[in-house]
Amino acid sequence: MTTYALRRILQTIPILFIISILLFFLVRSAPGGPLTSARRNPNVTKEQIQAMEEKLGLNDPLPVQYSRWIGDMLKGNLGQSIKFHRPVNDMIAERIPNTLTLVGASFFLTLLLAVPIGILSARRPYSLFDYVMTTITFIGQSIPVYWLGLGLIVIFYVVLKNPFTGLPFFPVGGMNTRGKEGELLDTLWHLVLPVTALSLGWIAWYSRFLRSSMMDILHEDYVRTARAKGASSNTVYYKHALQNAILPLITLVALDLPSLFAGALFVETIFSWPGMGRLFWDAAKGRDYPVLLGVVMITAVLIIFCNILADLAYGWLDPRVKYE
Amino acid sequence: MARVILRRFFKHKLAGIAIAVLVFLVFASAFAFTTPYSPTDQEPTNSFQKSNMDHFFGTDELGRDVFTRILYGGRVSLTVGLLSTFLSIALGVLIGALSGYFGGGIDSILMRITDAFLTFPTIFVLIILGAFLREQQVPWLKNSVLIVIIIIAALSWMWPARLVRGLFLVLRERDFVTASRALGGSSSHIIIQHVLPNCIGPIVVSGTLQMASAIITESGLSYLGFGVQPPTPTWGSILATAQNQVFRAPWIAFYPGLMIFITVMAINYIGDGLRDAFDPYVIHIEK
Repeated sequence: MTTYALRRILQTIPILFIISILLFFLVRSAPGGPLTSARRNPNVTKEQIQAMEEKLGLNDPLPVQYSRWIGDMLKGNLGQSIKFHRPVNDMIAERIPNTLTLVGASFFLTLLLAVPIGILSARRPYSLFDYVMTTITFIGQSIPVYWLGLGLIVIFYVVLKNPFTGLPFFPVGGMNTRGKEGELLDTLWHLVLPVTALSLGWIAWYSRFLRSSMMDILHEDYVRTARAKGASSNTVYYKHALQNAILPLITLVALDLPSLFAGALFVETIFSWPGMGRLFWDAAKGRDYPVLLGVVMITAVLIIFCNILADLAYGWLDPRVKYE
Repeated sequence: MARVILRRFFKHKLAGIAIAVLVFLVFASAFAFTTPYSPTDQEPTNSFQKSNMDHFFGTDELGRDVFTRILYGGRVSLTVGLLSTFLSIALGVLIGALSGYFGGGIDSILMRITDAFLTFPTIFVLIILGAFLREQQVPWLKNSVLIVIIIIAALSWMWPARLVRGLFLVLRERDFVTASRALGGSSSHIIIQHVLPNCIGPIVVSGTLQMASAIITESGLSYLGFGVQPPTPTWGSILATAQNQVFRAPWIAFYPGLMIFITVMAINYIGDGLRDAFDPYVIHIEK
């Protein structure tokens, strides 16, 4: 098992390498570097700008700049934000927990709802429940996240109000009400709307996927054998069928991770959630390339990490994989 | 064979309705110029009207007719969806075919690159790529719609590539490939004339789903301000401007989202119908 894990980790190194090269090329060729304001300043002479370029190492050949940048990154230094003049590390470190809270809560809710719905639909195919669920999931899959978010804001801020206090049911902005930072209950209350917006699409998709996966498996011989041996319904469905149906779902989730962050970006923007997506959007508007690059690299590392976890989970659940 | 597929497709009544809806949308967008309003003329005195007989969907904060803007926006969104999917499939099929047919070192390298692209946090890279391309001064790259098409295709070719590679790995062991090779067929002949035609079914199904996803991506990018640039209306950017006014004029936000929703739903239904139509093993259960 450990050799399998090590092998997977080693395989991801060339991927990270390729990603970093592509990103580096993109960012270095884009205008708006750290010297833009200096260049526009009429008091700064050409020689001074050239001296600054030399000092910042902008005149070195690209491979040298790249290796310096990679060296910095591996040491943990992601550069300085152009707009805020703070180290990118700090800015990202502030926001990561918030994003992870949002994404983690959504993921948890998604699994909580999608798995039972998928299983129940597979147990009673073409029944009323299945038909209703299929239609609902179809609709849920097609609603754009940002429209749903806006709609939720309109519903819970404009239309429905708490009849007793006249205030909206759920807050529509930020992570905590002022003065209550860090309070769990308050954060949960603020989490409700963003998590709903984010999870609906996934619940729809994953439950449909699980349903079709389970239905394929229920026709397999080993299920028939289990039933013939007199195993109870629950054993058949939850132990035999589900264990095998989960495998493609794990692969799907692992491949779907980038869109997970995309959804988080939209939700964070709409609900003013102080996470990495929001940071990225603000930085993109301000052409703050070090921050952009840092966020992308950290997210890519996170995605790769989750992919490895998913692979390990797959290997644990499906022993056939380990002997490849 | 095509007739069989068509017959199976239209057994799904919903898919038939979906096609009708989509065709209607395409025509409505194409004939957007027949409305008496322009999508970009501003008439600030007329702003924030609710739906009435003059303005079906009301007016936005600059007095522009929302209905007209949505029709023109449909042009952009549908075009971007279609063209980016074509481009993405073209690229993906090329890479997947080469990878799956030749195997070995080529497969290894191409798959590494594909995996690298798959681990990109797509939305972030799309935004960076879009900003990067927009700031280039190349003359033929001025149109922001073209830029959006290119970047969406550049980050979605991996899915058809993987699909085609998988198909090729299976199909190249088939007898007709061996026979063709024995008769002296070159690799390109085998790939194009023999193997690829057998892949059309899954490619088409995957393509429809990709188109739906491309429309959502383009709208999302435009919503964030990094897709198609104003004043060109697209469903996403209408949503963006509507967001600032969402408490004062919520209907402006309702319609573009509704259009995206209907289009994506229609495409998904079509994709579902196509998948059942192409798959020879699905037993169609009559309700």
